[in-house]
Amino acid sequence: MTATLETSAPAAIGEIPSFDVTIRLRRYLPESEHGEESYWEEFVVPVHGTDRVLDALHKIKWEHDGSLTFRRSCAHGVCGSDAMRINGRNRLACKTLLKDVNPDKPITVEPIKGLPVIKDLVVDMEPFFASYREIMPFLITTGNEPSGERIQSAEQRERFDDTTKCILCAACTSSCPVFWTDGQYFGPAAIVNAHRFIFDSRDEGAEQRLEILNDKEGVWRCRTTFNCTEACPRGIEVTKAIQEVKRAMITRAF
Amino acid sequence: MTTTNLPTQPTLPNPRDAYKRLKTTRSNFELYGWVFMRASGVILLVLIFGHLFVNLMVGDGVHAIDFAFVGGKLTNPFWQVWDLMMLWLAMMHGTNGVRTIINDYAERPLVRLWLKIALYVAFVVVTVLGTLVIFTFDACPSGAPADLLPSICS
Repeated sequence: MTATLETSAPAAIGEIPSFDVTIRLRRYLPESEHGEESYWEEFVVPVHGTDRVLDALHKIKWEHDGSLTFRRSCAHGVCGSDAMRINGRNRLACKTLLKDVNPDKPITVEPIKGLPVIKDLVVDMEPFFASYREIMPFLITTGNEPSGERIQSAEQRERFDDTTKCILCAACTSSCPVFWTDGQYFGPAAIVNAHRFIFDSRDEGAEQRLEILNDKEGVWRCRTTFNCTEACPRGIEVTKAIQEVKRAMITRAF
Repeated sequence: MTTTNLPTQPTLPNPRDAYKRLKTTRSNFELYGWVFMRASGVILLVLIFGHLFVNLMVGDGVHAIDFAFVGGKLTNPFWQVWDLMMLWLAMMHGTNGVRTIINDYAERPLVRLWLKIALYVAFVVVTVLGTLVIFTFDACPSGAPADLLPSICS
């Protein structure tokens, strides 16, 4: 049976109340008349109570200004593409409902801080991934390959369960005031992903990773401001993970 | 749509230049620094509150403090060691704290360098002067009226 458009369907069924919301965007378009200067631009768009910030951005891009640029892939909080600074807090635009960020006032949307902006809300993620690569985010083992799985108990898996949830959206790293200063700090995300392997019973590279993170720009620059834990869209206890890596280093050194 | 460069908004800084890790700096220095801050903090709590208690609470309390009181304390080896530990630990603890603050807030390498030079110069001056005073303090200067001097002078 082919789907046909019900022309007679009443539009009122299940109608969700809509309202106008002001989105205040921080834009960066080097080729525009603003040049190298970022500037604020406001858009008023009609949205529904069930809409997310991403839906409002889509409305702006599709109906008002096609030059607006931002990243998004899955649009459902899994891929980690659309981390941005919404009302001063790092959030995934696809997981933030407009009604939760006070739509009565203009909602400011900025690119995440501390990374070079390429255009509008798109930043250069390379510094972030450079730190990620430095901690060697892959299984390191010695000896012969087992013929089957590498066996691990449920308790051993539980040890690092929290840090396996990372989607590399950079919300944590770009919320960290230490990272903002000069971008030299490895950042919470790199440490979280090191934690995921350091505390994995199957992995044998913990020593090397601890050595890497013992850097002047490693875990010791963490000031436990908890911005990262607050920003993480996956609810990872980021600051706790960093402190656990610190503890592992201390017990290793003494 | 409205495009605004609102006057209330400070000029937005330009997006940052491309990033590069300046150099790898792996050593246990920051680790020992981190442990030192916690250990010295605990010891300083005892030293400072012990110092305040002895100076301000015991006996006549704050009214007992004069040249004789301080001079008497500084001739006692126990208080010499106490004050020396307090001086050195407080200076190292404070200097390391300010060093991390400079690292966290100074963005330009040259500013950072000069702030740290000033910090370390201040550290050396205060620590050397303080240590000198603790060990070379003359509690019984000649020609001073006896009623102003500690009892050990007579």
